[in-house]
Amino acid sequence: MENAFNKVRGRIFDIQRYSIHDGPGIRTIVFLKGCFLRCRWCCNPESQEYDIQSLTMNGKTKTVGEDTTVEAVMSEVLKDLPYYRRSGGGLTLSGGECLFQPDFAAALLEAAHYWQLNTAIESTAFAPYESIRKLMPHLDLFLMDIKHMDSDKHKAFTGVENGRILENARRVAVSRDCELIIRVPVVPGFNDTPKEICDIARFAASLPGVRRLHLLPYHRLGQDKYTGLGRDYSLAHLLPPPAEHMRELLEAAEEASGLACQIGG
Amino acid sequence: MNHYYAEDIAKSPRIGRLIEHLYAKMPVIEADRAVLLTESYKETEGEPIIIRRAKAFDHICRNIPITIRPLELIVGSASQAPRGCQVFPEYSFEWLEEEFDTVATRSADPFYIADETKKTLHEVYKYWKGKTTSDLATSYMAPEALLAIEHNMFTPGNYFYNGVGHVTVCYGRIAQEGLESIQAQAAEALSKVNFGDADYAKRSHFLQAVIIACEAACVYAERYAELARKEAEACSDPTRREELLKIAENCARVPRHGARSFYEACQSFWFIQMLLQMESSGHSISPGRFDQYMYPFFKADLDKGLITREFAQELMDCIWVKLNDLNKVRDAASAEGFAGYSLFQNLIAGGQTSEGLDATNDLSFMCIQASMHVSLPQPSFSIRVWNGSPQEFLMKAAELTRTGVGLPAYYNDEVIIPALLSRGLTMEDARDYNIIGCVEPQKAGKTEGWHDAAFFNMCRPLELVFSDGMDKGVQVGLKTGDVTRMKTFDEFYDAYKAQMNYMLSLLVNADNAIDMAHAERCPLPFLSGMIEDCIGRGKSVQEGGAVYNFTGPQGFGIANMADSLYAIKALVYDEQKLSMADLKDALSNNFGKLRTPEEAEDITKNLAKAFAADGVTLNEDQIRTMYQTALSGGVPEDKRLQYEAIRDMLEEVPKFGNDLPEVDAFARDVAYTYTRPLQDFRNPRGGQFQAGLYPVSANVPLGAQTGATPDGRYAGTPVADGVSPSAGRDTHGPTASANSVSRLDHYIASNGTLFNMKFHPSALAGREGLANFVALIRSYFDQKGSHMQFNVVSRETLLDAQKHPDKYRSLVVRVAGYSALFTTLSRSLQDDIINRTEQTSI
Repeated sequence: MENAFNKVRGRIFDIQRYSIHDGPGIRTIVFLKGCFLRCRWCCNPESQEYDIQSLTMNGKTKTVGEDTTVEAVMSEVLKDLPYYRRSGGGLTLSGGECLFQPDFAAALLEAAHYWQLNTAIESTAFAPYESIRKLMPHLDLFLMDIKHMDSDKHKAFTGVENGRILENARRVAVSRDCELIIRVPVVPGFNDTPKEICDIARFAASLPGVRRLHLLPYHRLGQDKYTGLGRDYSLAHLLPPPAEHMRELLEAAEEASGLACQIGG
Repeated sequence: MNHYYAEDIAKSPRIGRLIEHLYAKMPVIEADRAVLLTESYKETEGEPIIIRRAKAFDHICRNIPITIRPLELIVGSASQAPRGCQVFPEYSFEWLEEEFDTVATRSADPFYIADETKKTLHEVYKYWKGKTTSDLATSYMAPEALLAIEHNMFTPGNYFYNGVGHVTVCYGRIAQEGLESIQAQAAEALSKVNFGDADYAKRSHFLQAVIIACEAACVYAERYAELARKEAEACSDPTRREELLKIAENCARVPRHGARSFYEACQSFWFIQMLLQMESSGHSISPGRFDQYMYPFFKADLDKGLITREFAQELMDCIWVKLNDLNKVRDAASAEGFAGYSLFQNLIAGGQTSEGLDATNDLSFMCIQASMHVSLPQPSFSIRVWNGSPQEFLMKAAELTRTGVGLPAYYNDEVIIPALLSRGLTMEDARDYNIIGCVEPQKAGKTEGWHDAAFFNMCRPLELVFSDGMDKGVQVGLKTGDVTRMKTFDEFYDAYKAQMNYMLSLLVNADNAIDMAHAERCPLPFLSGMIEDCIGRGKSVQEGGAVYNFTGPQGFGIANMADSLYAIKALVYDEQKLSMADLKDALSNNFGKLRTPEEAEDITKNLAKAFAADGVTLNEDQIRTMYQTALSGGVPEDKRLQYEAIRDMLEEVPKFGNDLPEVDAFARDVAYTYTRPLQDFRNPRGGQFQAGLYPVSANVPLGAQTGATPDGRYAGTPVADGVSPSAGRDTHGPTASANSVSRLDHYIASNGTLFNMKFHPSALAGREGLANFVALIRSYFDQKGSHMQFNVVSRETLLDAQKHPDKYRSLVVRVAGYSALFTTLSRSLQDDIINRTEQTSI
């Protein structure tokens, strides 16, 4: 392989194969390190800092974060080529925030397209639009998180205001360069009232070309990692939203927006 | 668009009631067959064995009690009680007599046995002493082979103690032409036998026996016609009376004559299926390509407007239920190995026609539907997949998988057809294959495959390398020298291969002895009439009458051996981090594993008792010391830590199942140590040995007899099942695991390979989930894997089922080559299923 994109370097902290909930078909998710946001419920707290860290789980300490190249990442991703071919799947970038390393992310997507894989990113969309523009030529699906329509509340729970996110959402939608699906992490006490969900759903419906909305119920699988990083978990006592409540929110969102809504990715 | 009908068809309320009746009570052992068999044998002393077998079958068919169960549409029951079983003393009986008092309370597959039955069987058994196939086989075996069996190097137990079974007959031909056509064919052949023929005696007696046996089956059916008529007369419910009269009409017609309708064809199929299991105790009598040979009857009725899809479905559902009515009692050890009352009656849908076109039809879909409707372990339902399989068909099969019933198993035409070609089948026959029992492919109506010939534990020869061929103080294996003096990995590997080859030759010795014993003592005339070319060759299946003859013993523990040998190569030879002497020491001390407090308590109590018996009383301190010693296995703490460190080191070495090409290539080579040498052996029927790589559920009980292995596996724990990675060792998800497994050579293991995966239902949610699941199967098959099967249940469900078995009586899980009711499995096997790596995606 002599393509320039292969040599681009970046920092990842995990590669997860056989993902079937983050884009079409069977996919591999590459988790990039570093994020602009500090969501209190984040299930990958080890993803937030760009620095390489130590994480202690079950008495074993491991290093989180690895500097690598597109070529090295792709050699792992391509191990599942037969599965992408049969399922129409491919590569999904997650994080952290892939827009935190836009050149690396763009090169990964370009490499994936070189191999005819479907490409997706799972992103907060909190970045200069210039970063997003770099990814666009090789992006098939943008799974964009919209967490709250109230900017103050957004800032209180994620550390940033939502203005840039909403603006980027509109610009991506208007560009029609890729499919856009809006995702909402449903976090009790933050955004789990029908009104808050419906506000997001209506905004999503106002974006040209957007047809689908995913409601992702909060889960606690990341809890131990906070301790492992020597951090406090401020939501330690938070329970996942009950299934019944999720169904109510789903129906409310569908009615308010007319979008095809689903629970989970 | 489609040329098949893929819609759901509703379930008749009858089906639920049939199932309820079937599972109301614990299964019962019945003595009728054994009594009738013995009566007949006593009267035929001195006659040719094949005639004696036919006359005994005839005596049984004419006199065994018959019964029609409430609401049945398809009739014919081998036992009076639902799910009851007959016994087969001509194969072996001592084990049952020994287990009379424990068979009702054992953990795997218990059976109720009445005192009266015990008494009757006790009388019957007196006749059989020294006359069984088992007795004769033992006398034919080399002493070395008997010693190896005694030391659990392999177990040929299946056919050593039972009939062979493992066959598919020409159900379609019988449904079309009736048994009368077999009789006519045999009579025709008989008329051509010349007095001067060298094989006159064998041939003429065999052909007469076929005619007698077919007649017996017809008479048996006609008894049902009579019974149904009588019951109809006494029946006050007009609907049921009509049903009974229809049953009477069917049974008067088939299987003697050809069927005139789909319903008659179903009844014909059932009599054949059931009576094959009355003639012999062999299991895995597999219906095979039901959707193919039954389709012409269905199509004709449908086109003429004589049947609705709903009624056709109901009849198929009835057959599916009946397949669970047949039962078989096995000895306690085998019951562990085949747990779940399974008879492995494998029925397969889809695939290609013998011309190589897609074979999917409406009945293929209805087979899936029937398995959804009954949700029972039988039939062992399978799907053939090829590059031209309709997506809708596989999606429907995936829906069945999603129900968590553990069915169907998926088979890859693209591997199996070429594999069978390489074994000498014609292209037409190879394309028309079906699966026997768990995973074993063959051509129906032409093959005696001896598919389940033995369990071979690949770990045991490695133990012999470490012990210079000794086991429990006896020289069981070859003397391959002091393991600590082996200079190179190749030298070590050669020693392993030498032990393997020696054990394989003993396995062949045992199998061939058993094979000959079956030919001499239990040739089967009824079965043989329905297998080509027995009539032409004038001899039974057991004597080599079939067109294709094989012996297929199955090996397991590949993943353990691949990981073990790889670890030795890496740590002892390449990196020299670990000395062979230290490894040997750690293995023989089971890596210093502590015993459980319960185990230690038991040991202490037993020792204290032994001392007390000798008149020695122990004080509390002594008892405490004894307990501590028992807990640590007598290993001092510093040694124990050293062993643990060795185990940690072994654990760190890369393992099979993680998509590491180097490790996987190594595993491929290790599998060849089993599959290649076997091909060179021949059986007495003129056929070849071919390897299978699947364990049924024997990886658990046989793992219990296996010491610690250099992959870090503790002594007594299960070994890896089939070609699957060791439980918990594959940590990179299903695609990585499947990629690794596909790197083994599945073609050479032409007796079948078995790859188990466990899925959480969330992985199959929605139509997208089904499509992704189908894509996973197709991708594994693109890479030339041969078989895949799935358990779709949550870990929580299984744990809860262990705690509250009453709530989960119908919970079906896939064990190895078949499905079983989870709550009927032994605790250790339940644990094994729970601990198998759960392939989920969060």
